[in-house]
Amino acid sequence: MMTQPKASAGALISTIGLFKYFGDTLILDDINLTVQRGEVVVLIGPSGSGKSTLLRCCNGLEIAQKGIVEICGERLSQQGQLLPERQLDALRTRAGMVFQSFNLFAHLKVIDNITIGPRKVLEQHAEESRRLGLELLDKVGLADKADAMPGNLSGGQKQRVAIARALAMRPELMLFDEPTSALDPELVGEVLQVIRLLAAEGMTMIIVTHEMNFAREIADRIIVMDRGRIVDSGTPEMIFGSEANPRTRSFLAKVL
Amino acid sequence: MIDFDFSPVIENFGSLMHGTLITVEVVAVSMILSCTLGLLVGIGRLDTSRRLLYGICSFYVFIFRGTPLLVQLFIWYYGLPQFGISLPSFLCGVIGLGLYSASYVSEIVRGALQSVDKGQHEAARAIGMSRRVTMRLIIVPQAIVRIIPPLGNEFISLIKNSALISLVTIHDIMHEGQQIISVSYRSLEVYLAIGAVYLVLTWSVSRLLRTFENRLHTKGIQ
Ligand SMILES: Nc1ncnc2c1ncn2[C@@H]1O[C@H](COP(=O)(O)OP(=O)(O)OP(=O)(O)O)[C@@H](O)[C@H]1O
Ligand SMILES: [Mg+2]
Repeated sequence: MMTQPKASAGALISTIGLFKYFGDTLILDDINLTVQRGEVVVLIGPSGSGKSTLLRCCNGLEIAQKGIVEICGERLSQQGQLLPERQLDALRTRAGMVFQSFNLFAHLKVIDNITIGPRKVLEQHAEESRRLGLELLDKVGLADKADAMPGNLSGGQKQRVAIARALAMRPELMLFDEPTSALDPELVGEVLQVIRLLAAEGMTMIIVTHEMNFAREIADRIIVMDRGRIVDSGTPEMIFGSEANPRTRSFLAKVL
Repeated sequence: MIDFDFSPVIENFGSLMHGTLITVEVVAVSMILSCTLGLLVGIGRLDTSRRLLYGICSFYVFIFRGTPLLVQLFIWYYGLPQFGISLPSFLCGVIGLGLYSASYVSEIVRGALQSVDKGQHEAARAIGMSRRVTMRLIIVPQAIVRIIPPLGNEFISLIKNSALISLVTIHDIMHEGQQIISVSYRSLEVYLAIGAVYLVLTWSVSRLLRTFENRLHTKGIQ
């Protein structure tokens, strides 16, 4: 299965003809998406349009019944078949994911949340992973929280730890699923600031968000989904401009 | 006016203590069997898509939780010899108690594992952890805190249920007590003494587990 031609050279993520059902309901309807190395793609669209599902197909948390997903030059899934577990696990280390609900490991200190992946999956030495972990905590502005338990952090702090946890695996790309939707408004900014930093460093990212100003500012390309389909795609100027297609405009009219 | 006479208890203190020791031995080995098997069966019932494993584990719980312990003990001790398999009575006691209790422990384990948020599992898989490592490092440690209180209840039941093993000729505290009664006719005093011994055992186990639980809490696990 690995010998077939790659979907698109130079792309870090590509999906070809993705169809995904939950039961009888069509959730992803012929999704063709290519993300180049270093590109920041923002995914927007109404609730239930399949944004999370698409993102989760990109690291094998969900599997589409039809179509192909390739990330980092490897075929993750094909016609409903995922890679064998061990190869899948290895490939997943190269794609970081940040969830709406943080999902920090509740029984581990902040620093251990960050180092457990490098130690147990990448088999890094304890000191090295700790040094890297502290560096990352510093980067997300939480150097003083290394020994805190997740339960004692604010939402914004939790999400920044979650980002550091993903970065600790030194991923080639990052998938963000509504990273600020669960946050109080005054905490949104600190998380977006970290994502801006990553964009400036050239990280390849797909970001699902309802923060339209942020989308406009950070995206190289915005993709609009509706009922499982990609209905529009283009630069922020095109999507927010007057020549955007009617479905995009009606969606934006509701959220802006 | 009841006139108590504890002298048979005092005179036979040695044999009562010996019986207590046997009870503790059988119970301790049964607990290990019960926890190990209970953990495996509980995990086996997590994933309904693995049909065969799920079926076998569910059938196990159906049988061992659904029939009286006494019937199970008698089958191990009196039933199996019909197939030419005679197990020593100590082993019958351990197997009988252990397998019976494991069916309850498996339900405790399954409930606790399922109560850990699905997001924990997804976050672990997303950084490349295998199923097994996720279970060991992320899910089980969080489930343990929720397993301990009901497990304490199950251990207490196990201790009390162990009185039945005297019926498969194990010389436990119950058996020793009955021996003393058959000579002294001092039922009330002897049974009071036996009751006190069981109280000490159940109380010790619940203290032990509470201490363990507090240790986990002070480590910040909740
Ligand atoms: N595990 C599941 N089983 C069945 N249906 C599901 C499941 N997960 C999602 N769905 C359905 O799939 C559709 C798309 O869901 P998805 O979460 O991808 O949408 P979304 O665009 O991320 O929406 P939101 O903005 O609300 O997060 C929804 O109708 C949802 O109800
Ligand atoms: Mg979503």
